[in-house]
Formats: sequence, C-alpha cells, structure tokens
Amino acid sequence: MTDTTATPRRLPNRLDNPFKSTVLSWEGLLVLVAVAIFILNSFASPYFLNEWSLSDMTFNFTEKALIALAMALLIISGEIDLSVAAIIALASTLMGWALQFGADTPVLVAIGVGTGIACGAFNGFLVTGLKLPSIVVTIGTMSLFRGISFIILGDQSFKGYPPSFSWFGQGYVWWVISFELVLFLVCAAVYFVLLQRTNFGRRVYAIGNNDVAAEFSGVRVARTKFVLFCLTGLMSGMAAVLLTARLGSTRPSIAEGWELEAITMVVLGGVSILGGAGTIVGVVLAALIMGLVTFGLGLLNVPGIVMSIFIGALLILVIALPILWRMWRQRTAVRSA
Amino acid sequence: MKALGKHREIWLGLAILLLLVIVTARFPRFAQPQNLLTIFNDTSILMMLALGQMLVILTRSIDLSMAANLALTGMIVAMTNAAFPGVPVPLLMAMCVVIGAGLGAFNGVLVWKLSIPPIVVTLGTLTIYRGLVFVISNGAWVNAAQMSSDFINLQRTVFLGLPLLSWFAIVAAVLFWLLMTRTPLGRSFYAIGVNPTASVYTGINVGRTKFMAFTIAGAMAGLCGYLWVSRYVIASTEVASGYELTIIAACVIGGVSIAGGIGTVGGVLLGAIFLGVINNALPVINISPFWQMAISGSAILLAVVLNARGEKRKGRIILKKAEAV
Repeated sequence: MTDTTATPRRLPNRLDNPFKSTVLSWEGLLVLVAVAIFILNSFASPYFLNEWSLSDMTFNFTEKALIALAMALLIISGEIDLSVAAIIALASTLMGWALQFGADTPVLVAIGVGTGIACGAFNGFLVTGLKLPSIVVTIGTMSLFRGISFIILGDQSFKGYPPSFSWFGQGYVWWVISFELVLFLVCAAVYFVLLQRTNFGRRVYAIGNNDVAAEFSGVRVARTKFVLFCLTGLMSGMAAVLLTARLGSTRPSIAEGWELEAITMVVLGGVSILGGAGTIVGVVLAALIMGLVTFGLGLLNVPGIVMSIFIGALLILVIALPILWRMWRQRTAVRSA
Repeated sequence: MKALGKHREIWLGLAILLLLVIVTARFPRFAQPQNLLTIFNDTSILMMLALGQMLVILTRSIDLSMAANLALTGMIVAMTNAAFPGVPVPLLMAMCVVIGAGLGAFNGVLVWKLSIPPIVVTLGTLTIYRGLVFVISNGAWVNAAQMSSDFINLQRTVFLGLPLLSWFAIVAAVLFWLLMTRTPLGRSFYAIGVNPTASVYTGINVGRTKFMAFTIAGAMAGLCGYLWVSRYVIASTEVASGYELTIIAACVIGGVSIAGGIGTVGGVLLGAIFLGVINNALPVINISPFWQMAISGSAILLAVVLNARGEKRKGRIILKKAEAV
C-alpha cells in the first residue's frame, strides 16, 4: 500500500518517439499507401513512369481536390455540401451562356467563380440564416442548381471556348507542371495556413467539436459557417472554370457524381465525418492517392464505372477499418486482462 | 404556425387540389377520373420507395442507395428472366425482395455494428451497387424482346378497375400504416428518432432498429426493382439514376423531418402524389420535362423551410451531441 503511494504511477512518455508517432498517424499511413500504389502502378504499366504520364495523372484529381480542400473545412465544422457538383454544372452553363453573347476570358472566369460564390452563399444562407439541416438543403440545391442547367441547356451543349480560356484547363506553367497543379498547390498551402495556423481555423475546429460551447465562448458560429459555405462555392466555381476549360464544352450532366469523390477525398484524408477533426495535409495526400488509384486503373483499361466501385469501397473501408481495429483491440485487451 | 405543423397532411392535400384545379382550369381533361388513376399508377413506385425511405429517415438516418439498389435488383431479375423464361414471376418477385433486403441489410450492418454515419455508408454503397449493375451486365441492356410476356404484363393486369401496380402500392401503404401504428417495431422507429438516449433506457436496441429500417427500405427498393424494370421494359446501368433524390424529396415534402422522429404514412403518400401530379402536369401545360429537376429541387427547399417552421423545438440542440454516440 505505502509502496504505491511512494512511487507515483509512471505515465507513458509519448514524446520521445517522433518517428513512431509520425508513421502511426493517419497522414503517415496515407504516405505509405501512396508510395505503395505508386510502386504498384509502375509495375502494372510500363507507361506509368514517364513525366508526361505523371503530369496527366494530376489532371485526374486537381479539380476535385480543389473542392475537397474547402469541403474539409466545412465537414470539420459539422456541416456538409452535397451540391458542389451541381454548382459546377450551373457555373459551367452560365459561362457557356455568356459565351453566346461574346464574353471574353476574364468575364467568363468572373462568371464561373461568381456563380460558385453566389451558390455557396445561397446554401450558407439557408443553413445558417434559416437554421436548416445542411444535408437536406444541399440535396435540394443540388437538384435546383443542376435543374437550372437542364432548363437552360436541355439536351444541347455549349462549345467554342476561346484558346485563352482553355489555357486554364490545358495550359502548362513550366515544363510538365500544369496550371491546374500550380493552382491546387497554392490553394492547398492557403487552406493549410487558414485551417492550421489562424484563429479562423481554430474556430472551425471549435464549432465542429461543440457548436453550442463555441457560441458561448464568443465564436460567431453562423457567420463562420456561412463563410465556409461561400468558400466551398468559390472552390466549386474555380473547379468549374478548370473543368470547362479542359473539356472545352458544357453539358448539364458535367461533373456528375463529383460530390461523392470530393467527400471521399475528405474522409479518406482523415477528416471525421462527425466534425471536429482532420488536417489539410491528410486531404492533399488522399487526393493524391485517389488520383494514383484511378490513373493506375485507367492504364489497366478499367472502365470508369468500375473504378467508382473501388472508390465507394475505399470510402467505406477507410472508415470501417479503424473502427474494426479498435473493436478487435478492445476485445483482445479485455481477454488479456 | 403550430396548426400547420399538426395538420400538414390537410395542407398538403389542399396544395395538391389547388394544383389540380389550376391545371384543370386550362386543360379540363386533366382531372378526369381515368387520368387521375393513371397518375396514381405512375406514382405507385415512388410511393413504395418513399415509404421505405421514411422508416430510415425517422431513425435519423438517410439511405442514398435505394435507387442503385433498385437498379441492381432490377438488372439481376431481368437477366434471370432473360436466361430462364420459365421461372414464374411471383418467384422472381420474391427473389427481388430478398436481394433488395440483403443489399439494405448490408447498409444496416455497417450503420449498426460499425456505427458509420448512414450518409457515408450509403454514398459508398450507392456507387458500389450502381457499379455492380455495370459489372454483371457488362454494360449491356436487357430489353423487351428478352423479357417474357408474363414478366412484362403481370403488373399491368387489371383487378377491380386498377392495374396490379396500383394495388401493390395500396397494399404496401396499408401494411406500412399497420407497421407504424400497431406494432412495437413501428413505434420504436419513432422513439429512436425523437430521443435515442431515452429509447435505450426503455429497452429499444437503437442499432438493431436502424438495421431493420435499412433492411425494410432495401426490400422495398428490391421489389420496386422488378416493378420499374417491367414497367419501363428496360434494364440498364442508368435505370433510376438520380432517383434517390426524388425519393427523399417525396418524404421531405410529405412532412418527414430529416432530424428524425416525425413523419406519417399519409404524409409520405401525399408527398409522392404531389410530385406525381407535377410530373404529369408539366407535359400537359407544355413545359419541357427538363424543368422537372429544378422543380423538385425547389419543392424540397420549400418543404424543408415549412417543416422547420412547424417543428421548431428549443432545447433539443443541446442534447444532440450527447446523443450522437
């Protein structure tokens, strides 16, 4: 008895092994997975290890990843936006519509990005202003935004974007480094600083963990969430510019299903779907992994819809495995105790 | 405002009547009994799917995979029929219910045993199921020539003046009404939606109840897989693509609260009929069908705004976090 009080219980020291904790963190795991898929890809196809192939690979994920950056913040704050792909469709349609009136590149970009912000603000107003659940609101706006595209376009398409506009989706800044990739890296850096180095970012985490407590500690919950919806809209607008420029045409079905892929990137990146936890580094790594997986499957001639099975399975597995692992460890811990 | 929340079915019924009156004012033939029965028949599949979805939403969950489940089951049953035309159709329908229930149960297990948020589970299974349709069919269609005449005509058989498809919807509605109002399981769907924590203390297994909701919703989606494929006489990867939103729209318009615990069979049926009337009225008043998507989107938003006004309850928000476990 006296022994236990004399020698205080030793606390495990978690600080002296930075290597172990880095590898065991979610981000460390993602790096390992990315490297493994990279190696698998280079074995699977002789065309993979080539600077132009790798450059093409980045086009697979940059546009979706741009949205995922903002979506990560939104999900960390405890909300979700299912309308991002529909925002792309609407922004792209309005750009194509403006093109019919002879709008030039700066105007087109302004319309694309502006539409994105406006749609995001609309979502934000419905969720924060009218206090509605974001899942239903964005399911509603998802069919509203894409529905407007269908009204404008029907079964037609807009074509004939000017070359100076196409550069946004097809141009290279230097050597094999595309404009899309540069834009994505810049945005990733901005979002990293915003989420992990500013007061705003801390507030986002606080809201996601307990928005009532955050409100009582002086965080303007509604305004912060509104800004996050606008940011998600902005990123969707930018993605619309890039995608429209890359494809060179607009149909109402453009970017169908992208909301799922953006959310998968966010969740795969270690962001808790219940809010309150997650990092930008994880999301960027997850985007890279999804780009590698889809590009590798593409090199193996796997059709897009079969790839979507992999993405769906990946989404569920990534969330299920840590839970199963925890359950298994608890069970063995109980047994050994 | 409180009265509106309580008598939502009446208001929704009036809205539908108003809609009918407006359209009929310009096109008198629209409100003829025969046309109304056609609209009912057209809406039958949506009603059955929305009833299944209602159970899921009542338990604070959501099932985005119903349309994909429908497409996959529909493809399996159509391919079975094409390969073995001799198999009796009722057996095929039973097969659909079992397969659909299995696909729904898969969602349910992930939600129950692993406590993964339903929206993530069903977003994932939505793509998996839809992708599997492509995999098993190799991207090919099953068309009318490959289906047996029994397979196509069963639901068109007229019984007491109504096609069997309508009777399926009526029977489903009655069964759901009995389930929701007369059985412990039905009451527990409401209970865990209103307050999961209190439900645990009253002895309700919350996870298992959610599992049941997903399984029943899946069974409905499976049955509708056969009905859809035999009604439109085509099975393809694109069948009912995007229809999950229409199903949720019918529920939300019918007064089912996305926060769980609120919703009735009658409301959901009216919600589905509301969308059915709009879809049937559009071509009559010469509006392009491309308007449908935007209209149902606006209807969802409008309904959810009205719902929120009707069910504002303070104090619940504080409990939410503790219950989210």
